[in-house]
Amino acid sequence: MAALTFPDVAWLPLLPLLVITGTTLLVLVADLFAEGPDYDALGWLGLIGLLLAVLTAVPLWNQSGTTLGGTLVLDRYGLFFTILFCVGSGLTVLLSMNYLETTDIRCGDYYTLILFSTIGMVLMATSLDLIVIFLGLEVMSVAAYALAGIWRTQVRSNEAALKYFILGAFASGFLLLGIALVFGATGETLLPRIGEVAAKGSAEQRLLLSVGAALLLVGFGFKVAAAPFHSWAPDVYEGAPTAVTAFMAAGIKAAAFAAFVRVFVDSLGPLAGDWRGALWFLAVLTMTVGNVSALVQRNIKRLLAYSSIAHAGYLLVGVVVGGESGSAALLFYLVVYTLMTLGAFGVVIALGRRGQPHEDLDDWAGVGLRSPFLGLAMTVFMLSLAGVPPLAGFMGKFYLFSAALEAGYVWLTVIAVVNSLVSVYYYVGVLVKMYMAEGGAEVETAAARPYLFATLVAALAGTLLLGLFPTPWFELARRSVESLAS
Amino acid sequence: MTTVPASWYAFLGVLLFTIGALGVLVRRNLIIMFMAIELMLNAVNLVFVAFARQQQTMDGQVMVFFVMTVAAAEAAVGLAIILAVFRNRETVNADEVNLLRW
Repeated sequence: MAALTFPDVAWLPLLPLLVITGTTLLVLVADLFAEGPDYDALGWLGLIGLLLAVLTAVPLWNQSGTTLGGTLVLDRYGLFFTILFCVGSGLTVLLSMNYLETTDIRCGDYYTLILFSTIGMVLMATSLDLIVIFLGLEVMSVAAYALAGIWRTQVRSNEAALKYFILGAFASGFLLLGIALVFGATGETLLPRIGEVAAKGSAEQRLLLSVGAALLLVGFGFKVAAAPFHSWAPDVYEGAPTAVTAFMAAGIKAAAFAAFVRVFVDSLGPLAGDWRGALWFLAVLTMTVGNVSALVQRNIKRLLAYSSIAHAGYLLVGVVVGGESGSAALLFYLVVYTLMTLGAFGVVIALGRRGQPHEDLDDWAGVGLRSPFLGLAMTVFMLSLAGVPPLAGFMGKFYLFSAALEAGYVWLTVIAVVNSLVSVYYYVGVLVKMYMAEGGAEVETAAARPYLFATLVAALAGTLLLGLFPTPWFELARRSVESLAS
Repeated sequence: MTTVPASWYAFLGVLLFTIGALGVLVRRNLIIMFMAIELMLNAVNLVFVAFARQQQTMDGQVMVFFVMTVAAAEAAVGLAIILAVFRNRETVNADEVNLLRW
């Protein structure tokens, strides 16, 4: 029998990814033996795996290297995002255990799909090759399409999945054509070598590369829901099951930004003159459209969807600034954003009951008084999203906008600050409804839903911690972007 | 024997991509929209192969396999979603799927 030689593979950089993948497959198989109607055991299995992945990622902090022909990289930037995604997915799983009871979603696949999506996110953040980034994006997105439609009997969930799928696949096409043109210009898909061509290629190569970059911008713009490519987001966020919406708003957006920064700031940095202007415009348009549309929303999920579009605009400011200060501020803000968004959607879930989702703002009247804990939690998350000191959202915006100011983007900073002021109106509007109106829905006590309660406490603690003691965390973000080339 | 420059194939790919993108935007039947998306992905495959030929490297041809795999996975999930919509709404017209504001 002919023996096959096994290729030399550096396993170390793959370790966190392998742990998550192993867990996912284990959950997939365990689903066969699990008995309904609750599949919490699968959720716990996934949580343990995600925790293990974090525990394997942390000791790798001072290591670096590449593997599999330079396509996957071990660096602090990748590890930072790996840990962030594990935390985000872990909180989503915890959030879901109590949420699924109130829905007709009775299948273990739910947890498997969340884990599959997490694999895709980690791939996106740790890859140095455009094709692997694309594969990661698809692994993440295809699982997310299925998640959006997992409440099969509910028409709104079907519709959300449909819109997400059509526009997501449409965007993937643009991203892919961008990759093809970049490949045509350089003969390469490895980011470092594309960077070399971008720095000192011929005029012809750079022209083709710029057209490719424009198409990549459209593709990523769709994924992070930047205006004018945002039209899918409010519908999908409203229709998808709330726990899935939280996952999409937090995890998937962060993953898209992870790849966005790696490709644009790191690799295509030398061409910044060509794309920075377009991105500046995109950032301004995104935050303005998001904030102005949020002003008139009556449905809390739609309001949070527009709020997440506005936040994509603030995050784009970090990409425009680029360099170490811009990227570090972006990473810090993504952590903050993940925590407060998951928290806000957690409160939305806490208010819903079986058959009564209570998503209309009118249902929220007086909830703050009847349920002090939920009132407090929502107050912290809303004020943090609005950027009120001393909460984490304020520190995130502070780092982001001061980086923009230092880099000389005065007008961008002014527009961003004005936008944050506008946003205070609708965030506080929710609080006014919760505390100063009467006649809304009855709420269950938090103790009836222990996992949801735990998620909210974790998100609250994170929002306060990052707001009160931001320095060590920002330092962590700054050291994570040191490994990027520019 | 006539020879065709590799760049012509790339242009043809971009042209097909444009037709696909317009198809998604103009047509309202979900199945047709989905076919147009497939056309976009396969047009990119042509661009990849043309550039691979031009650059004298196999990389571009390998990528086509990845793209085909992804397209197949997307087709499986996408058709399942369209089917789920059809079961509940008895329509495959995008304009009639309007419970949420589009």
